[in-house]
Amino acid sequence: MTQERTYLGVPLHKPKVAFFELSSCEGCQLQIVNNEATLLDFLSLVEIVNFREAMTERSNDYEIAFVEGSVTRADEITRLTEIRRNAAVLVALGSCACFGGVNQLKNRFHDIAWVKKEVYGKHPVETEAEAKPLEAFVRVDLKIFGCPIKKEEVEKIVTNVALGRPVQHPKFPVCMECKANENICLFDLGEPCLGPVTRAGCDSWCPNSRMGCWGCRGPADDANVEQLRNIAKKHGISAEAMLDRLECFGGFASHVDEIRGKAKAKKTASAAKGGVNPPSSPLGKGRRR
Amino acid sequence: MIFKVFGKKELPRLFDVIAVNRVVGPVQKGTDKNGSPLHTFGEVRDFAELSLDYKTTILSAKRFVLPFHETLCTFRVTENGWEKDVDFNVRGPTVFFGLHACDINAFNRLDKVLMESVYPTPYYASKRKNMFIIGTNCEPQPYCFCRSMGTDTALHGFDLFLTDIGDRYFAEVQSATAYNFLLQIKTADPKEKDHQRYMDVVAEKNKKFTAHVDNTDLTKILDMEFQSQAWKEWGDKCLSCGTCANVCPTCYCYGVEETVDMNATGARKIKSLHSCNLIDFAEVAGGHNFRPERHSRLKYRYYHKHRGFVEAFEESLCVGCGRCGEACLADITVPEVIASVRGEGH
Repeated sequence: MTQERTYLGVPLHKPKVAFFELSSCEGCQLQIVNNEATLLDFLSLVEIVNFREAMTERSNDYEIAFVEGSVTRADEITRLTEIRRNAAVLVALGSCACFGGVNQLKNRFHDIAWVKKEVYGKHPVETEAEAKPLEAFVRVDLKIFGCPIKKEEVEKIVTNVALGRPVQHPKFPVCMECKANENICLFDLGEPCLGPVTRAGCDSWCPNSRMGCWGCRGPADDANVEQLRNIAKKHGISAEAMLDRLECFGGFASHVDEIRGKAKAKKTASAAKGGVNPPSSPLGKGRRR
Repeated sequence: MIFKVFGKKELPRLFDVIAVNRVVGPVQKGTDKNGSPLHTFGEVRDFAELSLDYKTTILSAKRFVLPFHETLCTFRVTENGWEKDVDFNVRGPTVFFGLHACDINAFNRLDKVLMESVYPTPYYASKRKNMFIIGTNCEPQPYCFCRSMGTDTALHGFDLFLTDIGDRYFAEVQSATAYNFLLQIKTADPKEKDHQRYMDVVAEKNKKFTAHVDNTDLTKILDMEFQSQAWKEWGDKCLSCGTCANVCPTCYCYGVEETVDMNATGARKIKSLHSCNLIDFAEVAGGHNFRPERHSRLKYRYYHKHRGFVEAFEESLCVGCGRCGEACLADITVPEVIASVRGEGH
């Protein structure tokens, strides 16, 4: 483990890395320590100096910072800014760090006091009105997508970083991997799925278990979201069910804003013509949009 | 050609004779939301697992010769340098039990590019040369347009082709291996009435095709209609998801990635099938993308299948199996696309 690695006879620089978490479930970091079979190889590539989930020692002397979680509190902005100052490379680890993740679902609601009461009851915590990705506050050098991240993909990325090779994400959608895994298309099973518009790299993790994709990795390059919504409609899947998925992790935020914007404009137009308002939202009180 | 007939009860016996080898055939993968069976090609150990009455499979048999991902070679870093290990990934002969004519023709067309061209592909050839194919007749489905593509019958590229003529199979024997296998079951020489029944079955099948593609002058028409608005319309629908290429029995385009093992003592070169509809298909070093628009990528898929390949090899690369149209969530089908480009309907 402590033996110096070489590659093609050249000693490998072993970067000092640190793991941090903002508002998150720490599940992505758990993924890192999960794969015991390759953990020792992983540890031979990098020197971990800070990892709350795995060790007691702490150090602020690191080159690469992996930050999990979204920013939902003022003190997290201070922490994140400090991490950015210390690190040569800042990696956003997982959907929360990249897009806001599940946390950003609260951004849909107007009334933050109501949200706090609904979630925390009599034990309210300090929280901002919106959960935001790291990028909203600091420069992010590399994103690792997924909720949770896929360990194999992280290993490949870290290997490339350690060797100084370029890091590339697939530009195509999950369908490519899903077909290679010979899955039955979720639409054939009557299930909604965001696989046709979501960035691949997870090896179609959810569809492999016959679960439709929720888009945790965000949009593929050139994702045709509008067409997928038409297709879902043809398959009898409601527009709201598709929006729930598109909104879940925040990766499709700009698409959702556009769709919600359009829906709003349409609603105003139909109301002006004396149209009927759609039934009240199942989300109930405090709904923002 | 040698013809034989044998009773239906002999087929499981033939399977048992052959099944000392690895057998791949149509098996049920599951059911769709309406309860209809969905089939795929899979390894079979028992005759009962075979679904020989399958309509079509969701994926073609291509993956057994062109896997979605294939390690082309591995490298080991040693004290004095490095060693390369090339493996064509052939683990023994494979018997294909129950391929339809379209899929047999698909292999024949892949051969033209991957085996008979200037640069044969050993990874393909080694697997292709190591297979034994039993074809079976089929029932035309609403999406099948093989008759338009001249692939509704297989003239070569199989060892044995079985046609169900009621109480027995009419067998075309095309290899000595197949002939020797047949010696181990009870067969007979066909009589006049067997020939008649075979011709009746074929005539009956020909009446059932509903989807057609007009290939007349198509290579020229595609050139004339290069700027057609139809491409733009289909392009707007396209999800650029690559599903059409993945289910296609003849799409062979690929990318190669070199990865270093995490322990930095080894590396590997992995080939993965790609699709011309994917955004980065025509992206080159330096980042320029020759086909950044969906419609141009979709168009070139058709140009390769129905124009480029025809000019090079005198026949289309499309065998009319209809899988791409069936699998396409956006309902982009070959007969409709070609008809619209020809200016018919749409």
